[in-house]
Amino acid sequence: MALTREQIESIAALARLELTGAELPVYQQSLSSILEFVGALERADTASVTPMAHPLPGLSQRLRPDEVTEQDHHSEYQQNAPQVTAGLYLVPKVIE
Amino acid sequence: MSAWETVIGLEIHAQLATRSKIFSGSATAYGAPPNTQANLVDLGYPGVLPVLNGAAVRMAVKLGLAINARIAPSSVFARKNYFYPDLPKGYQISQYELPIVAQGSLEIALEDGQVKRVGITRAHLEEDAGKSLHEGLPGVSGIDLNRAGTPLVEIVSEPELRSAKEAVAYMKKVHTLVRYLEICDGNMQEGSFRCDANVSVRRTGSETFGTRAEIKNLNSFRFVERAINYEVARQIELLESGGKVVQETRLYDPDKGETRSMRSKEEANDYRYFPDPDLLPVVLDAALIESVRATLPELPDQKAARFARDYGLSAYDAAVLTVSRELADYYEAVLRAAPKDPKLAANWVMGELAGALNKESLEIGASRMSAQRLAGLLARIGDATISGKLAKEVFEAMWSEDSDADRVIEERGLKQITDSGAIERAIDEVMQKNPGQLAEYRAGKDKLFGFFVGQVMKATGGKANPAQLNDLLRRKLSA
Amino acid sequence: MSELHHIGLTALAAGLRERRYSSVELVQAFLKRIEASQGALNAFISVTREAALAEAAAADRILASGTGGALTGVPIAHKDLFCTRGVRTTCGSRMLENFVSPYDATVVAKLRQAGAVMLGKTNMDEFAMGSSNETSYFGPVRNPWDVGLVPGGSSGGSAAAVAARLVPGATATDTGGSIRQPAALCGITGLKPTYGRVSRYGMVAFASSLDQGGTLTASAADAALMLRAMAGFDPHDSTSVEREVPDYVAQLEQPLAGLKVGLLKEFFDTGLDPQNERCVREALEVFEGLGARLIEVSLPNLPLSVPVYYVVAPAECSSNLARYDGVRFGHRCEKPRDLQDLYRRSRGEGFGAEVKRRIMTGTYVLSAGYYDAYYLKAQRVRQLISADFTRAFAQVDVLMGPTTPTAAFALGAKTSDPITMYLNDIYTIGANLAGLPAASVPCGFAGKLPVGLQIVGPHFSEARVLAAAHGLQRATDWHTRIPAGYA
Repeated sequence: MALTREQIESIAALARLELTGAELPVYQQSLSSILEFVGALERADTASVTPMAHPLPGLSQRLRPDEVTEQDHHSEYQQNAPQVTAGLYLVPKVIE
Repeated sequence: MSAWETVIGLEIHAQLATRSKIFSGSATAYGAPPNTQANLVDLGYPGVLPVLNGAAVRMAVKLGLAINARIAPSSVFARKNYFYPDLPKGYQISQYELPIVAQGSLEIALEDGQVKRVGITRAHLEEDAGKSLHEGLPGVSGIDLNRAGTPLVEIVSEPELRSAKEAVAYMKKVHTLVRYLEICDGNMQEGSFRCDANVSVRRTGSETFGTRAEIKNLNSFRFVERAINYEVARQIELLESGGKVVQETRLYDPDKGETRSMRSKEEANDYRYFPDPDLLPVVLDAALIESVRATLPELPDQKAARFARDYGLSAYDAAVLTVSRELADYYEAVLRAAPKDPKLAANWVMGELAGALNKESLEIGASRMSAQRLAGLLARIGDATISGKLAKEVFEAMWSEDSDADRVIEERGLKQITDSGAIERAIDEVMQKNPGQLAEYRAGKDKLFGFFVGQVMKATGGKANPAQLNDLLRRKLSA
Repeated sequence: MSELHHIGLTALAAGLRERRYSSVELVQAFLKRIEASQGALNAFISVTREAALAEAAAADRILASGTGGALTGVPIAHKDLFCTRGVRTTCGSRMLENFVSPYDATVVAKLRQAGAVMLGKTNMDEFAMGSSNETSYFGPVRNPWDVGLVPGGSSGGSAAAVAARLVPGATATDTGGSIRQPAALCGITGLKPTYGRVSRYGMVAFASSLDQGGTLTASAADAALMLRAMAGFDPHDSTSVEREVPDYVAQLEQPLAGLKVGLLKEFFDTGLDPQNERCVREALEVFEGLGARLIEVSLPNLPLSVPVYYVVAPAECSSNLARYDGVRFGHRCEKPRDLQDLYRRSRGEGFGAEVKRRIMTGTYVLSAGYYDAYYLKAQRVRQLISADFTRAFAQVDVLMGPTTPTAAFALGAKTSDPITMYLNDIYTIGANLAGLPAASVPCGFAGKLPVGLQIVGPHFSEARVLAAAHGLQRATDWHTRIPAGYA
């Protein structure tokens, strides 16, 4: 499954990954070979098979009680943030 | 018959009134300082995992039951992947192929009084995003994630609405319903209830849909109506001049009264939905559903029908009085205290009381006049102690002085005059003082009757019983 | 004192209780070994010397009062994929190079509660993606058996550390073989529990439906002790299973006579190195000697497990790694021009090549038009593979075979073509797809390099898997071998 340069650029854009001009063909190559490799799946007859989303069958989501269990730790957490002001995380201006 | 037909579908996002968030134990209360209600799960920290709030599930089921929808015995959370600063994980946990609620409907009253059933395709659970703040921050935007993770139910209508007015009626009905069910406070200013409108037009008679534009984040009934009307006109003009409608997202600018395209987002987002592997299927058994059903209140339509039937009200009046449970309860409390005349009570609740509340931007729950007090006033009208006209004056006094009807009537001496003798004397005096008009009336100028009524009322300080006055005046004038 | 590192986890825990030595002594001894080895092995990203000594001192006080837990005072290491409060948690990535976690993973908290003392965070393939520990931003880890060779991955640091006896036990994670494969290449015992047995809360997600936390130790007995402390329901993890944790230690001695051992036809194929095969078959003979019956079984869809994995795992990781955007934590590029530039450059700079490769693969297979053909298809084949295992376990109690096709390979030998690297996991991936417990135990040498035997059991059969491993370890001494220079 050979991917075009445009496809790689489009995937990288969707994934928000900047690739240099030199990197592009490298990823084009490796991604194409990976997709070629996984193309083997086509061989399998999965006509009436349900997709397996969870490895353990028959389990269902637990519901937790509606209780407030958290306290404010924002000053501690924001020590990890690159840019904060007045408690807000800052990013370059977003224009709608 | 217009050449063009409007096609509208609404997507309503209602914040569920849970104490904690849908996937974390953070508080959902509005108005906290930035990021003080955002824990590690809400912030999308490395290694954190979502755990589902049972109350959010029950609220979604309650909604589904109230709209006669199918409750999915097993529903699945899916990830909607896209990048935006108010979306910490880089994906929103939502529901895609298997929503918790599907195929319901709501009835709305059209302007001509007809009832229209609007299909609801689905309602699903998802988490809200945070907020981006742009004011006062030069060159940057500030992200507040307090709202991130608040539970939402997204209610999607079929594209069966055919005008802005229908859209507003539907939106109001949903608003009333979620408040009745106590699953959402409906506070549009705070963003608890938001609406996106999908709008397209097509030639009347066509069976295919035109290209639609999505107008996002409309947070008032008025804006919804105006935005849709603008958009419809815009699309028609575009098509009539040979152009094409672009499928895009638009925003409504209330100051300019127009919709505009959202500043070019990256090429159309491919959300790459897939079932969230951190969450298991939500399995609902009959016991849970029935336990939720047991908590359903009398629904707005049921209540309105009962009001119309039991109290002899018009469908319109019944609908107005049942727009919220609080208002309906208030009305019925009035009736319990003054059961004689439900129509009179309806008029006063919808008229004077509503007016007084609106003037001070109060909700019925904050009314300074209790149902009992209002009933007291109505009783005095009913027993003809005061006339309907004077009752308004009494009401205003009661409202501003925080007083009751009898006291005001007593203090201001507003008791109605029902003594025929007194009224007759007043009539006689007026007739005597206005010989000219008397002669004209007797000569055939019938409309002078009103003049005499007015004069007698003036002379009696407005207190003459109108029915008696009319009766006696007519007799005397014709004599 | 110099023989302390020969004593396994279980014996050390007992020795501490009996006050034969103190936790501080132990910690000092192991820290010395760690520091001496860093140049050659690079097994650790962070060594928490001060905190470890403080914890050890506290442990000694508890031990003196006689109120200790199962692991009080025992030194361990955590794979740097587990969040540790107040301590750098890098996941082997530049993206989290300076990230100090504000919370402990549940696994970390549980082991701390059992009394274990953390010496540091071990090196790993970046975000757990790799089979050789060559993708770490902090440099590759080297195999203590031969420093020109890889230790395996992604838990290469934990494996090298245990093999070189720098710690008696370390936590690790396994998504496609990342515990078992390095255990095999390093000659130690690795256990991946059943999916849902060990909490994933605080274990930085790579592929959510495949990831499981587990153990790397010198023996199955040590693994049982660690697992007993780590396992259990966690309300913070929706995929955590509410099921009692058996006393794995008490069940180690369960008799193996009559054990039905399935030999997968598909495992003994042409890709398997003959020396590895020889070691594995010799180990199987040992089991026969213990009374086990060897039965050939076939899992016809198993050969597709690597393609399934390389669709599902990248898909899930592409979504799991979207949160690394330079906004709330982690690497941010200098002077972002605008929001999109912030995202693209922070992520472009923060992630290494293999991670980017998998994110892009995942993005592709989930994208419109390809979702059905790739992702859904892979999940369907996953169902088939899982059904194959279920059918096999109706006939046998456990499955056994080689853990890896070859012994350790040279650094740089397989880095040019991703597929070659991916095929290292050919025997291990199936257990992740089906969520089954699986262990790798040493079963001999190919020349001078260790060979691993894999034991796979049905869901929640860790006790039996460990008992089988323990049985082999009572009959052989492969697991006691220590690489030269670290003995």
